[in-house]
Amino acid sequence: MAYSEKVVDHYEHPRNVGSLDKNDPSVGTGLVGAPACGDVMKLQLKIDDTGIIQDARFKTFGCGSAIASSSLVTEWVKGMSIDEAEKIQNAAIAEELNLPPVKIHCSVLAEDAIKAAIADYRKKRDAAKQ
Amino acid sequence: MAVTLPIFMDYHSTTPVDPRAVEAMVPFFTTYFGNAASRNHSFGWAAEKACDDAREQVAALIGASGKEIIWTSGATESNNLAIKGAARFYKDRGNHIITTQVEHKSVLDSCKRLENEGFQVSYLPVEADGRLSPERLRAAMTDQTILVSIMLANNEIGTVNDLPTLGAVVKERGALFHTDAVQGVGKVPFDVDSSHVDLLAITGHKIYGPKGVGALYIRRKPRVRIEQQMDGGGHERGMRSGTLNVPGIVGFGKACEIMRQEGAQESERIARLRDRLKERIQSRLPEVYVNGSLVHRLPGNLNLSFAFVEGEGLLMALKDVALSSGSACTSASLEPSYVLRALGIGEELAHTSIRFGLGRWTTEEEVDFVADLVVDKVRRLREMSPLWEMHQDGVDLKSIEWTAAH
Repeated sequence: MAYSEKVVDHYEHPRNVGSLDKNDPSVGTGLVGAPACGDVMKLQLKIDDTGIIQDARFKTFGCGSAIASSSLVTEWVKGMSIDEAEKIQNAAIAEELNLPPVKIHCSVLAEDAIKAAIADYRKKRDAAKQ
Repeated sequence: MAVTLPIFMDYHSTTPVDPRAVEAMVPFFTTYFGNAASRNHSFGWAAEKACDDAREQVAALIGASGKEIIWTSGATESNNLAIKGAARFYKDRGNHIITTQVEHKSVLDSCKRLENEGFQVSYLPVEADGRLSPERLRAAMTDQTILVSIMLANNEIGTVNDLPTLGAVVKERGALFHTDAVQGVGKVPFDVDSSHVDLLAITGHKIYGPKGVGALYIRRKPRVRIEQQMDGGGHERGMRSGTLNVPGIVGFGKACEIMRQEGAQESERIARLRDRLKERIQSRLPEVYVNGSLVHRLPGNLNLSFAFVEGEGLLMALKDVALSSGSACTSASLEPSYVLRALGIGEELAHTSIRFGLGRWTTEEEVDFVADLVVDKVRRLREMSPLWEMHQDGVDLKSIEWTAAH
C-alpha cells in the first residue's frame, strides 16, 4: 500500500517528538491504544492559565499513519484553546493525511489522545483547587 | 562492493527466475509451441516430451518417479486438489482430517470447505518452537482419520517439521499423508519415501522457477486416488484437465534440476548469511527476539520481533529493502499473524515482527547494509516509542490498563 506524501513527510520528519514532565501541573498526558492492537499514542499538552495550549509532544508506537496522525495533531493544537482542541474530529485528520479506510483508526486514536490529554489536565487542575 | 537499491530480502514470497531456467523456457514460446495434448504431429510430441522430461526433473528433487507428478497452476491449486480431492475420494473410509494451525491459507481454507461438507477437522497447535510434536499428532489420530496435512517448512517463521517421524505416526493408523512442501523443497533434506508422504504440493516460483506453474505429487505404490476438481479434456490422467503451460513446466523442471544439483551447497552459504544478519542485529540491539526454532529452520529465514517498535512502521523506514511483517495493521481485523499467535507469542510482540527472506542472489554486502539500516531505524523508532520509554523507566507494560481492545 502506498502512503500519501503527507504521511511520508510526517513519518520522516515527525514534528514535536518527545516528552514533557508528566508531574508538571500544567501538563496533561493522554495515553491511548494498546500494544496488542499495534497502536499506542502518548500525547502531552502544556497548557497555560488561560487554557491555551503552549506546547505539545508525542511518542507513538504504530504504523506510519499512526505516527503521522499524532505528529499532525501536535502541530494543530499548539496555540489553540483546550475548548478548540477538543473539537478536533478524526475525519479532519484523516482528510488532511489522505488516510485510506483501513487507517482511519489511526486518526480516531489521535482524536482520542487529544481528549485524554485534556481530561488529564483538567483532573490535575481540579485536584489542585481542592 | 556497493549495494544496489532496492534490495530484495523477501524470498519466501517469491523468487526471481534463474536465468538458466529462462533460457530453457524460451524455445517453448515460439519454436516448440505445440499443445502437449496433440498426439498427431511433431509439434505436440515435442511439447509432450518436454513436459515429461520436466516431470522427471521435478520428481527427482523429491525422490519420486515422473509418473507420480501432475501439473497444476501452483501450490494453492495443488493443496486444494490434494486435500479436497483425497477427502472426497476416501470419504467412505472416515470423516476426520488433521492439520496444524500454522499451515498456509490454501490448506486451512480447503479444510474449512470440507468442514461444510460434513468432515471433522482437527487444527493442531504447534509447540513454542513452531513445530508439531509427534505425540500431539498421535493423540489426535482416530479410526476415522483419513488424511493428515502437515507442512514441510513454514512460510513465516521457516521452521522445519520432522516429517519422517510425523509421517510414521500417520501410517500407524493407515491415513494418507499430505505435505505442503513449497518452502522447504530443495532447501532442506527431504524425500517422499523417508517421510511417508502420499501427496505433496510444490510450486515453481519459490525455487527460482516461473510463477503460475506447480505440481502435485500423488503416490503410485500403494496407489493414492483423488477426485478431480477441473472437468474438461481429461489431461493429467483425468486428475487435472487443462492445456499444459509448457514453457512454465519446462522452466519449473529446470529450476528443480538446478536445485537438486546446487541446493545443499547453496543452503550452507545462505544459512551463513542469515546467521551473520542475526548476529549483526542482535549484538547491537537489545530486546530483539527470534520467532521459531533456530535449529530446525530454513537456511534463508530469519523472523525477528523488535520489541516496542511496530512492524509496519519499521517496514516504512526500511523502504529500500523488500521485507515482510507479521503485523497486520492494514487488515480489517487488525489481528497480527496467526502463525506467530499459534506459537504463543503475545499480540504485542507479534505486531513487532519482521520476516527476512534470504536467497540465491543475496550477498554479504546486502546483509551488512540491511543489518546496519535495521539497527539505525529501530533505534530511531524506539526513541519515538512510548512503550520503549516506559520500558526504560521500569514500567511493566502488562500493569497498564490500555484503553483499546482493538
